Amino acid sequence: MAVELYLDLLSQPCRSVLIFAKKNNIPHEVRNISLMDGEQYGDHFGKISLIRKVPALRDGDFTLTESPAILLYLAQKFQTPEHWYPADLQQRARIDEYLSWQHCALRLHGSKVFWLKLMIPEVLHVEVPKEKMEAAVEQLSDSLNLLEEKFLQDRPFIAGGRISLADLVAIVEVMQPVACGLDVFGGRPKLNAWRDRVQAAIGKELFDEVHQNILGSQERVKEMDGSKLESSKAKILNLFM
Amino acid sequence: MAARQALQVHLDLLSQPCRALHILLACTRLPHTVRHVALRRGEHRTPEFTEINPMQKVPVMVDNGFILTESDAIIKYLVNKYDVPDHWYPRQPERRARVDEYTAWHHTHTRPHAAKVFLLEVLLPAQTGSPVEAQRLVGALSQLQETLDQLESMFLRRQPFLCGDDITVADLLAVCEIMQPEGGGRDVLQDRPLLQRWKSRVRAAVGDAFDQAHAVLYALRDRRRAKL
Repeated sequence: MAVELYLDLLSQPCRSVLIFAKKNNIPHEVRNISLMDGEQYGDHFGKISLIRKVPALRDGDFTLTESPAILLYLAQKFQTPEHWYPADLQQRARIDEYLSWQHCALRLHGSKVFWLKLMIPEVLHVEVPKEKMEAAVEQLSDSLNLLEEKFLQDRPFIAGGRISLADLVAIVEVMQPVACGLDVFGGRPKLNAWRDRVQAAIGKELFDEVHQNILGSQERVKEMDGSKLESSKAKILNLFM
Repeated sequence: MAARQALQVHLDLLSQPCRALHILLACTRLPHTVRHVALRRGEHRTPEFTEINPMQKVPVMVDNGFILTESDAIIKYLVNKYDVPDHWYPRQPERRARVDEYTAWHHTHTRPHAAKVFLLEVLLPAQTGSPVEAQRLVGALSQLQETLDQLESMFLRRQPFLCGDDITVADLLAVCEIMQPEGGGRDVLQDRPLLQRWKSRVRAAVGDAFDQAHAVLYALRDRRRAKL
């Protein structure tokens, strides 16, 4: 029986879940939830999950949010290849460590750059002070340094020789600031090489397919209707500015 | 030589995730050594500590030479590795997923929102000597209220603990964050009977370990009260 995946591919964690499902041939049905249109606040989605966040999974009567939880659940349920979340406790712990750290680090900083560089000025039409932009880029740089120096070190992937859930969760976050036009990989040969390995392990076609929407962001914002975000404007500005 | 004492944890009990780990270790009686790291005295920035954890944060676990950071990773590792009661981090996939869901959500809600109140009311004024930034505190309290609302309506809806019928590591992580503003004399659960009942259940489940872990926080609160 197929699981239902409630996704908006503009969202980083939705991309990691979809890549994982497709790569592992997990029977699934995608239900698109448009964050820009506020569909996460609709009645229907509220019945799926009180938490009202994407990605969300429904498997029969069981519903789940938060991409690390969803990925772990799918890995276990569908008995995906061991390298995604190895049985070895130390490798597993390395992955859990990354999944924990990234919430308030790479995920936060990458999102912030995306909103400050693109969405807030181009869609909300609010000017972003130069210092705030620079500070956000620097925070992102610090996170990328930690990804390289602490989580990768001299390993090909975060947990060792093979791709795992940690790399998957990491790569989709790294792609977000790429999508707003920031040169994330410039001057970072290690990150570049890791990105190439991750893309190869996932499969370039799948990777590109899932990232198609977000990578078109710079073009799309020109046609985007900013009024749809009006109700969230205060919250967004409070969060990122 | 007892191999188990090869488990070392580096903690500062003023830190919320350190307390959650401390309580789990006490409840499960896993033999371990505690190395205290006084954040207030900058002990996390010493060369010795930085060698163990370049990110200069606590808690850190060293298990027979294996170094691990991030409290949820440490807690899950210990529960997976050692023989502890299943309820802490259940093996049954759906129950485990509920804990994974909370521990992820925790990072973007409970942890930052409760910590910010403590930061604004206690840490920043202590470090800078400036008065509390009232406007920012109002904002932080409002954000925390929203998070507490969500804890009640999303996680404690029709169940005694955050992830089901029994206490899990999620409850430990959450309660320690919610306790933090008490260091500044603020009980954020004051008008929230549902969360108060949950907190009582958590305290009952962990026994003396709760107050033992929070002794340093209580001492801070009492010292501040004495100054008023």
